[in-house]
Amino acid sequence: MSLLKVSGLNINYPGSPPVINRLSFTIEKGEAVGLVGESGSGKTQTALAIMGLLPRNACAAGEVVFDGVNILGAPECTLNQYRTRRMSIVFQDPMSALNPYVRIGDQLKRILIEHELVGEDEVESRSLEMLQLVGLPDVERQYRSYPHQLSGGMRQRVMIAAALIGRPELLIADEPTTALDVTVQAQILGLLRQLRDTLDTALLLITHDLGVVAGNCERMLVLKDGELVESAPTRQIFTSPAHPDTKAMVTAAKRSDLLPCALKRSADERPTLEIDSLAVSYAVPGERRSRRKLDAVRQLSMTVAPGETVAVVGESGSGKTSLARAIVGLIPAQAGSMVLLGKPLKGLVESRSNASRRDLQMVFQDPVGSLNPAMRIEDIIIEPLTVHEPDRIKVNKKERVAAMLQRVGLSEALSRRYPHELSGGQAQRVAIARALVLKPKILICDEAVAALDGSVREDILELLRTEQQQSGLSLIFITHDLATVRQISHRVLVMYLGRVCELSDTESLFMRPKHPYTKALLDAMPIADPDIGIVVLSELGEAPSMMRPPAGCVFHPRCTYSVSRCGEVVPELQDFEMTSVACHRAAELDL
Amino acid sequence: MSAGIVVSRVTTEMRRSRAVTISGGILIAIAVFAIIGPFISPHSYLTTDFDGRLAEPTLESFHLFGTDDLGRDLFVRTLLGGQVTLLVAIVASVVSLVIGVAYGAVAGYVGGRIDALMMRAVDALYALPFIFLVILLMVAFERNFLLIFVAIGAINWLDMARIVRGQTISLKQREFVDAAKLIGVPSWRIIFRHITPNLLGVVIVYITLTIPQAILVESFLSFLGLGIQEPQTSLGALVNGGVSQMEQAPWMLLIPAGLLAVILLCFNFLGDGLRDVFDPRQESR
Repeated sequence: MSLLKVSGLNINYPGSPPVINRLSFTIEKGEAVGLVGESGSGKTQTALAIMGLLPRNACAAGEVVFDGVNILGAPECTLNQYRTRRMSIVFQDPMSALNPYVRIGDQLKRILIEHELVGEDEVESRSLEMLQLVGLPDVERQYRSYPHQLSGGMRQRVMIAAALIGRPELLIADEPTTALDVTVQAQILGLLRQLRDTLDTALLLITHDLGVVAGNCERMLVLKDGELVESAPTRQIFTSPAHPDTKAMVTAAKRSDLLPCALKRSADERPTLEIDSLAVSYAVPGERRSRRKLDAVRQLSMTVAPGETVAVVGESGSGKTSLARAIVGLIPAQAGSMVLLGKPLKGLVESRSNASRRDLQMVFQDPVGSLNPAMRIEDIIIEPLTVHEPDRIKVNKKERVAAMLQRVGLSEALSRRYPHELSGGQAQRVAIARALVLKPKILICDEAVAALDGSVREDILELLRTEQQQSGLSLIFITHDLATVRQISHRVLVMYLGRVCELSDTESLFMRPKHPYTKALLDAMPIADPDIGIVVLSELGEAPSMMRPPAGCVFHPRCTYSVSRCGEVVPELQDFEMTSVACHRAAELDL
Repeated sequence: MSAGIVVSRVTTEMRRSRAVTISGGILIAIAVFAIIGPFISPHSYLTTDFDGRLAEPTLESFHLFGTDDLGRDLFVRTLLGGQVTLLVAIVASVVSLVIGVAYGAVAGYVGGRIDALMMRAVDALYALPFIFLVILLMVAFERNFLLIFVAIGAINWLDMARIVRGQTISLKQREFVDAAKLIGVPSWRIIFRHITPNLLGVVIVYITLTIPQAILVESFLSFLGLGIQEPQTSLGALVNGGVSQMEQAPWMLLIPAGLLAVILLCFNFLGDGLRDVFDPRQESR
């Protein structure tokens, strides 16, 4: 008998089309199953239905049979017999799932006491044991910490400990690593796999990222608009997907080998943008007297050639967004210089010349948030022109809006709409249209595709590539996602805690990384191929706080190759054949 | 947000906006009637009739609400009082809208030292005991119709400025404001084209909630005899007159007081209803 058998599950909310439509699947004891789909496909609703956590106005029909008993629609007291003891769930955002006012240890103890899992004298030791099991360092101290004192990865470990404390037979993990950095994601996925081996727990892993499932699940369920389109062993789905939608998802995930067409670089050509030893820092609030500063970007130099895409890669806190905001002048740079098309670029955006503002535009991460909710699409697209050439625009406003919409692949019918009526992908196209209408020489994309689903992301990247080929636009592409980097950039700048680790050709970066951090990032990257899987990076740990960056090389506490000199001397950027690396051991190491 | 929540929100909004529709309708009806009414009535608000003092409400001589202690028709006077009271409401809202929103948006957007300076000025004005100030003004200058509006407006825009400033500070951190800066939109245009339209929900709600406050201040001043001067009148002044005749002619108190209560309740309901419609946090219900 299967551990969990979902049959004919329907979920709908009054007055709208069904969210889940006749969904049926099973999970055997100890099996790992991946539930994959784009946002809005009903993955989380399925998880909530299994746990009995659907909102009150949801109507669920069908059967959720756990170990022979139908628990769909069962009363709370019955469900509580199953929750924690027999099945548990880990949510995406560990911060909002933990009670911010309760110490970590007490949160675990409460679960044990509430469910009467162990005797009173064992509560403490069992909680500590669980925290040790999930690999929390310095357990005794963390036990008494509050959730905000832990990093994101540590919080997710605590959540996993809390979910596994009752030794359940089924663990549901709903996007458990989406909110985490790649190196941390790799560690959490490794932990889940390792725990599954030791505790023999069945796993339902819910994700939008095929790379996460590839190395972790034996079987995959593909959801599309609330319907199960395919259910097959992982390898079969990757090698021969049957359903066209699955096929599209797999090709989108595997597209990471696609490279942009080679850049013809003439030696004498003047770079579009030159940045020399740029530094950005923030005053730390509340410490005005001690004048403490947070250095977001230190000693950063780079150039961008016409028609070139430079990707800036780093995890959260690496300073990549500060770099972007300093270039466009939304925040001040403390030191260094920037030259745009031969003219110095100084000060905040308000004080810059109109010409430099035209040449330098930006696309933001949140597509809907970067459009004024009170303006119509046509007014948003045309606003740059109403500011820069007010006389000309009055004549042919309509035609220019239509032309811009067409250029970014949107229908003219959208022009009278408001931003909240658009999907994420459409809104990002509008944002790109607004940036391109001034014919900039350089476009900075700050995580411009991070909030979008797989296939939409492909389309937006394609649009940017086309624009670049047609108009010779330079791009600075800021992202945390190496797969995206590979698709769009000619060169890559890897940042860590505000410093440049490596600046390299895209191809040589992926083939022959020279900096240990680059290597770690590449290893942590989930690859959508079940035969490669995921490298466990348990020894890597997590990034230290930006407030107290380590002395010497900022990466040395996490670096497996560090020697005593790394903790004392800041490494300079050294030039190699295809790459520049800031590492003392760059010449000798073969990564 | 799932589709089901959208549906449930729309239905609750419709139920709530019924309160908005009804109270708004009543207010409009009162306003229309207060303007047209005096023309329909055969009586004037000025004509005194010593033979018909303190007459009970009657249809006979068309003294619908009776007469007051000077024999003036109370129907016309109540409608006149309603006019003044609603005028106070309009002036208060226009003053707090124009001054409060502009002041708050500029302070919030510019920030830094200018913001601190502008907000300390607001604090200083807050510290003044306004009622006493108004009483002093009334005593020092001619008792002036305009002065009351100025005084009431002066109280009301302070709260509005603070609220708008707070909203502006959170709005200016949104990415669409950054995007506008990068395009080269000048600051004044960002304030009026990008920030202010997004403040609309909060502003409308807040105005409907401050109007009753303004009406009450006016009534209070008139009740003290410092507000509208005879033969002009307001609902507050009529209530004041009614109190002294409470035993002989209770309608002199009850009718204007009742109308005042209805107007205040309608504005309060309208404000509550609008707040629920505009507040995005209601989504989670």
